[in-house]
Amino acid sequence: MKLTTTLMATSALTVAAGMASAAGHGMADDMTLVSWGGAYQSSQQRAYAEPYMEMNEGVSISWDESSAEAVAKLRAMNEAGNVTWDLVDVVAADAIRLCDEGLAMEIDPDEDLAAAPDGTSAEDDFGDLLVSDCFIPQIVYSTTFGYRTDMVPEGVDAPSDICSVFDLETYPGKRALEKRPINNMEWALLCDGVAKDDVYDVLETPEGQEQALAKLDTIKDDVIWWSAGADTPQLLADGEIFMGSTYNGRLFSVIEEQNQPVAMMWDAQVFDLDGWIIPAGLPEDRLARVKDFVMFATDTQRLADQAKYISYGPARASSAPLVGKHADLGIEMAQHMPTDPNNAANTFLYNYEFWADYRDDIDAKFQAWLAK
Amino acid sequence: MADETANGPVLSADGTPLKRSLNKALRAQKMRALMLIAPLLIFVLVTFIAPIASMLFRSVENQIVSNTLPLTVTSLKEWDSKSGEMPDEQVYEDLFFDLFLAAEAKEHTKLGTRLNYEKTGVSSLFRQSGRKLDDIGEVYQDPLEDLNEAWEDGSVWYELMSGEGAGNDDLLESTVERFNQLTRSDSGTDIGFVPGVAITSILPKTARAYTAFAVFTVVADEDVVAEEDPWEAVYAALALDLMADGTADAISGYSGPQAELLKEAAANVDMFPQPDFRAAFLDLDEDWGDIENWTTFQTYSPRYTNGYFLNAVDLQKTPDGFEARPENQQIYILLFKRTIFMSLVITASCIILGYPVAWILANLPMRTANLLMILVLLPFWTSLLVRTSAWKVMLQQQGVINDVLVWLGMVADDGRLVMINNQFGTIVAMTHILLPFMILPMYSVMQTINPTYLRAAKSLGATNWTAFWRVYFPQSVPGIGAGSILVFILSIGYYITPEIVGGTTGTFISNRIAYHISSSLNWGLAAALGTILFAVVLILYWAYDRIVGIDNVKLG
Repeated sequence: MKLTTTLMATSALTVAAGMASAAGHGMADDMTLVSWGGAYQSSQQRAYAEPYMEMNEGVSISWDESSAEAVAKLRAMNEAGNVTWDLVDVVAADAIRLCDEGLAMEIDPDEDLAAAPDGTSAEDDFGDLLVSDCFIPQIVYSTTFGYRTDMVPEGVDAPSDICSVFDLETYPGKRALEKRPINNMEWALLCDGVAKDDVYDVLETPEGQEQALAKLDTIKDDVIWWSAGADTPQLLADGEIFMGSTYNGRLFSVIEEQNQPVAMMWDAQVFDLDGWIIPAGLPEDRLARVKDFVMFATDTQRLADQAKYISYGPARASSAPLVGKHADLGIEMAQHMPTDPNNAANTFLYNYEFWADYRDDIDAKFQAWLAK
Repeated sequence: MADETANGPVLSADGTPLKRSLNKALRAQKMRALMLIAPLLIFVLVTFIAPIASMLFRSVENQIVSNTLPLTVTSLKEWDSKSGEMPDEQVYEDLFFDLFLAAEAKEHTKLGTRLNYEKTGVSSLFRQSGRKLDDIGEVYQDPLEDLNEAWEDGSVWYELMSGEGAGNDDLLESTVERFNQLTRSDSGTDIGFVPGVAITSILPKTARAYTAFAVFTVVADEDVVAEEDPWEAVYAALALDLMADGTADAISGYSGPQAELLKEAAANVDMFPQPDFRAAFLDLDEDWGDIENWTTFQTYSPRYTNGYFLNAVDLQKTPDGFEARPENQQIYILLFKRTIFMSLVITASCIILGYPVAWILANLPMRTANLLMILVLLPFWTSLLVRTSAWKVMLQQQGVINDVLVWLGMVADDGRLVMINNQFGTIVAMTHILLPFMILPMYSVMQTINPTYLRAAKSLGATNWTAFWRVYFPQSVPGIGAGSILVFILSIGYYITPEIVGGTTGTFISNRIAYHISSSLNWGLAAALGTILFAVVLILYWAYDRIVGIDNVKLG
């Protein structure tokens, strides 16, 4: 409950500050955006926030690096009756949950989001990526594997198949996997002979879940389980592991920015979405400001701009052709996007419906299996 | 004087009995003391006790089910979960009206999330069905509107349902109350609509559905009732009422507003399909026919539940009581045991490592002691995360310790020791982090031990060991006690360090609590786990008091 107390105290301050400055023209001057921190947040800062503040003098944008706990914090704020956030960056699965819980506002894509330059409506431009009524997609990222090129045994090809994760004989060394069932269970089934199209049908059954855990059991002693996205890049850089899963943007920075002997293995990468939600129940002036910002920050050019700073694919179809070079490194970004045809030969799409239902059940089994 | 007071009470100078004026003075003193501590007391109550109490309360609270589905919960009571048959038509009919209102208020997905903790699949069942409920009602809406376009008009409905003369305030009040419970709001009954008494008695279900619609329209949408077209659920309710026995007779004698329209509909009652809500729900999603789902709804329909507590000790709630969870889902008992065991190990290692340090500190000259004290306190002032991450650098396989061991030739390069991401890592890192909490109380107790006792013991012929063990050690026990309680209670609730260095075998119960608070959002289960942990601490504290005696604890 320390959380609520801190929240109440901070929100009281924010309100006091807000009252002093919010005057006149129907739009609040201050905005609090919530994101993940690190390189990702700075890409948003440079692609969206800075140009927006340049266009709108007097508007100040502050950041809160709380996306990882956004669902719980937003719920606590909502119960305390004082939501201090204006726009929250979350993964799609969290957006669905926030929408279910009534904590996020429903949006109308055609009204609240800008159309593409060629006139395609926002709804068509985002297409299937609008996975929830409350979700405004921003980027497509993927969870995939990186491996140490200098630890590939001699006389063996570099790993290019997802099942090399489970092949300890050919590729000895530790692996890093995320400490949750999502993705790991799918990969395990794929490498245990289940066809790609049948994975979720199999995973629905208790036997299928046992099968996936049994497959993971074969490498359990050689796995380091991570819970923060920064863990795997660190473990790779230290040479603690041979290969590990993480977000593709993190691997990009290990490979291209830090020049570590690490390479990507794109096989069976799992696509996921990240984007904005607007908290439910914002006062009118703040809502007006946020809507204005969202309209700007999710247009075709802005989404393409973000890809200059980080290797995540823009969520709009119309943004893809506009993706150019990295702002600092000067390398072409298109080939580093998870959506690039060369990388996307074999991909998986995070199954939101399935995991919304089975998350609690499978997680209980997964954690019990881990603890044994 | 003595003679006078021998019979009566002792009087004070102003003539009142001494006892009373003494009490008065004491009371004033107590009040003053109370006033002085009041700010702190209120602060602690408001910011500490109240939030904890409200959090713990969540471990039994389960009102969401009966608030969201009040009619269904009532009619479901009759159903026998062991009969092997689906609930009857009445339950499905109630479910339709309950769920319709809940879906309009967007509360149905919350209930879905809540029940999904108990039964997988309920979440999407509620989410997807909520979107398609209109279809069930449209079956009744279309023929009615085909018959007479007036049924499409919101103001016609308003006139019809308002009726003439007296209004049914009871129905209005209960509907508003229900709505307030559903959305945890606090609205009044002043909504510009009261259902008529006469029309309510003729069309009870319609009145109920229309009043719910009216309350929602005014309170949630902030619209005017007469200008809005009713929900599909209201049409369905009217169809049900018109098809009920005796309605036609009642209508023929009715003369309120829009009576002709109603009579026309009653005359054409054959236009409605035969109501079958069960079939309609099964058509939406066949999981509505799943008896296990209904068993879960029934089991979790009471306003308070012990379900979270049962889950927290690897049991599960069933219609007859409880049973053990499947073995592949049992985790909490294991984690509780592990948490207590590892906390004891950490406490013991803190004692072993801290005792000599405290002894040296207490026996060195003041100046040197102070310098060494800073070394003890320095890590204490460093961020917890920094210290934990430092241990990662030290202990990992490519880390400092392994590198040194390989360099010394004590360990082969391909046989580096695994010292992190397991219990060992957690114990090492937490012992280091909690060590100051052990050393400080020990040090302050040892400082008070008079060194002459030791010298006296030795001069009386005791060996060094005997003098220490029989004379010095017993006097230092209160310090050990205080340090142990501090370290043990702190470590039992620790979670950041185990999360970072614990891997899978070195995590504590608090890591699961944190997961349920911030990730799965199952706050009820988190509260139950927290309550149990709290109770364990109290029991251990009580046991400690019985065995060692809490008076024996000294912080200096």
